[in-house]
Amino acid sequence: MLLQYRAAAVAGVVTQIFWGIVRTMIFDAFYRSSSGSQPLTHDQTLTYIWLGQAMLLLTMLNVDADVAAMIRNGSVAYEMTRPVDLYTLWFSRALSGRAAPLMMRSIPILVIAALFFGLSAPISMMAGTLFLLSAAMSLLTAAALIALMTVSLLWTISGEGISRLVPGVVFILSGIMVPLPLLPGWAQRLSEILPFRGLIDTPFRIYLGEFHGASAALALLFQFAWLVMLVVAGRLALTRGTRRLVVQGG
Amino acid sequence: MNQITVEELTKTFRVARRAPGLWGSVKGLVKREYQDVRALDRISFSIGGGELVGYIGPNGAGKSTTVKVLSGILVPDSGHVMALGKIPWRDRVHYVGRIGVVFGQRTQLWWDLPILESFDLLRDIYSVPEEKYRANRDALIEMLDLGSFLHVTVRQLSLGQRMRCEIAASLLHDPELLFLDEPTIGLDAVSKLVVREFITTLNRQRGVTVILTTHDMEDIEALCRRVMVIGDGKLLSDGTLSDLRASVTTERWLTVDLAEGVPFTAVLDGDARLIKSEGRRFCLAFDPKQVAAAELIARIARSCPVQDLFVENPPIEAIIARLYSQQKLQ
Repeated sequence: MLLQYRAAAVAGVVTQIFWGIVRTMIFDAFYRSSSGSQPLTHDQTLTYIWLGQAMLLLTMLNVDADVAAMIRNGSVAYEMTRPVDLYTLWFSRALSGRAAPLMMRSIPILVIAALFFGLSAPISMMAGTLFLLSAAMSLLTAAALIALMTVSLLWTISGEGISRLVPGVVFILSGIMVPLPLLPGWAQRLSEILPFRGLIDTPFRIYLGEFHGASAALALLFQFAWLVMLVVAGRLALTRGTRRLVVQGG
Repeated sequence: MNQITVEELTKTFRVARRAPGLWGSVKGLVKREYQDVRALDRISFSIGGGELVGYIGPNGAGKSTTVKVLSGILVPDSGHVMALGKIPWRDRVHYVGRIGVVFGQRTQLWWDLPILESFDLLRDIYSVPEEKYRANRDALIEMLDLGSFLHVTVRQLSLGQRMRCEIAASLLHDPELLFLDEPTIGLDAVSKLVVREFITTLNRQRGVTVILTTHDMEDIEALCRRVMVIGDGKLLSDGTLSDLRASVTTERWLTVDLAEGVPFTAVLDGDARLIKSEGRRFCLAFDPKQVAAAELIARIARSCPVQDLFVENPPIEAIIARLYSQQKLQ
């Protein structure tokens, strides 16, 4: 099925590499013009950016288009006549909707960036392994956020608003736009308590060795705690939402 | 033994009202006005295993709402429902595995997949054992005559073909209870007959309890021994078709074809009334308790050149229409 969208995948890879080059140039300029010492070295920033380009899809969160259509035209009624837990169903939809395209894009980008654009290897075997663990949790967090946004459709029906609001917040507070260590202090403190850094910043800093040993364990725990909270919130909201469900169109 | 028991079921929807036009839209941004619509108003009934019940009512009467509550989709405001020993919305996941639902106006099949693959997906969703699945699927394909378009994608099917597939899809997991919400809507005469015949067979041979909502009175006459009529959220009538007729009116209709046009009203004499006339065909309504059919016919034949005539029950549409208007008057 995904192979039908080969052209889209290739175009996605090319676009993200192009933007990766542009972003590395911006940070080159930034590092060259700044004389003070920075929380991340130039090389670390490069790696952070390329990892970001590879995992960009995790920050593009929007409501599940299929479910949105079903809620708008009332077919969601059929969804509820299936002997399947609705949250599990929507979570799995979100997960599969992210996982497959993420693999398709991230692997070529990582290979190309490592060969030509200065993406360095993880600092150690251990860091690499923990990175994979953390990145898997990022994927699950993204799915939980999408599921929660999708559940909000039971109130808003259209989902336009939330699909525009959330990515803006995620772009800044996940670290995808500017690595979180380079943000001003207040923004860092804000990002530290919100779940969005678990999408991008946490696995990347583990990769870079910024988090290691106890701090890596704590970061993973934080990611996991937010994941659990998001799933619980999504489930509770769904239970409430289905109680007030009105099926559109009679 | 009752399969479904419904007591005092009530469901209210809140509908946002908006004044028309630009000003109305702007006002709606600041202050919303809501209107409560009572879709179901303390409805009670029970349905036994193996029954085939017709559930009728005008648009917006609460038919679909009832079906959605009974199939675990909607949560009512108050009242009790017990179906297959479960509370549908509370035990939804377990309950819906034992029922089948068809909403005539929507599709449960995957738009871009061939029918057979849609069926396979449903097998996985309902975890139907392979052997049982094959047996059910093949029997349904045979009974509903789906063989010629099993490999066609859903979007390329005609409405009649699709509806037959929808019905098959709802039965792959051997449900004990089947809800059909307007299954014949928009179908041509032949497809309607296929669907009706199939529903009858299913009910008689497999003993599946069927609850059918429809606007098509032919469906009701062809299929249902028992009819429930709902209007404005209230259950107006529940019984056999003939009970329903008798409770609303004892009227009969007499249709007369005359050989030549003559004024007709003179013979009516207060015990029959003209309901419609078309050229030389006149249709009269009379009450057999007031005037025997034979007497009325003899009187007409004496004064008019009758070519042909027949007596019939008023069509079920007329009965239902009268039931609704009686309800409105109350």
